[in-house]
Amino acid sequence: MDQTIKPAPVRRSVRVSAPRERAFEVFTAGIGSWWPKTHHIGKSDLDTLVIEPRAGGRWYERGVDGTECEVGKVLVWEPPSHLVLAWQLNPDWKFDPDLITEVEVQFIADGAHATRVELEHRNLERMGERAEAMRQQIDSSGGWPGLLELFAQSASQERSAS
Amino acid sequence: MANSNAVFAALSDPTRRKVFERLQSGGRSVSEIARGFPVSRPAVSQHLKVLKQAGLVADRAEGTRRVYYIDPQGLAAVRKWLDQFWEVALAAYAAEVERAVKES
Repeated sequence: MDQTIKPAPVRRSVRVSAPRERAFEVFTAGIGSWWPKTHHIGKSDLDTLVIEPRAGGRWYERGVDGTECEVGKVLVWEPPSHLVLAWQLNPDWKFDPDLITEVEVQFIADGAHATRVELEHRNLERMGERAEAMRQQIDSSGGWPGLLELFAQSASQERSAS
Repeated sequence: MANSNAVFAALSDPTRRKVFERLQSGGRSVSEIARGFPVSRPAVSQHLKVLKQAGLVADRAEGTRRVYYIDPQGLAAVRKWLDQFWEVALAAYAAEVERAVKES
């Protein structure tokens, strides 16, 4: 029997000096201002990212040439505490309507003026279920855009920080 | 499973990154990777060994030759990638919150 690969969810958290309402707003309405510009799906440079403020809303990027590319959709919209987004990009950094991995973000008050933002990116094994299709895509189209750049960038930051 | 430091270390070397990039268009043998490269085959093998230890690359026998390929099944690399991605993204997010709060 094939062994099912179940990677652990990615969990990250960060504390920000703002109440939950503001933290939620910057995360969602302001996503275009903090999302790494190096990471985009479209062919043209990234102009901005948009999360439509409702359950079922779109999550997409807009290139500087105006083209829009889907990232996923809004699954849960409960400001200012809870947000679940469907991340529908495969490891080839392409939108795949049949692939849904979930990004859950919780905004937890940490006193009156700070918020702990806890992010979990889960269902990564669903990428594994599509591993063969991915493999073919990776083989044919040349890998994970931005992967090397990100690693190189992070590695150099680590080096300069040390 | 290799930790992300191993992945960083593996990809922080520019030559090793080039070796990894060469595998993005499909599996290749050591001599195919080394072709047109200003490094020796043993050096390429050494780079592949590090990439393999970091969980980025796997190999299999095809007839008499050994083919190296990016390992998509393990998903270790993808998971690490996402882990690093969110680390960078959340740091940028926190900085943006600080900026927005200061401005208001």
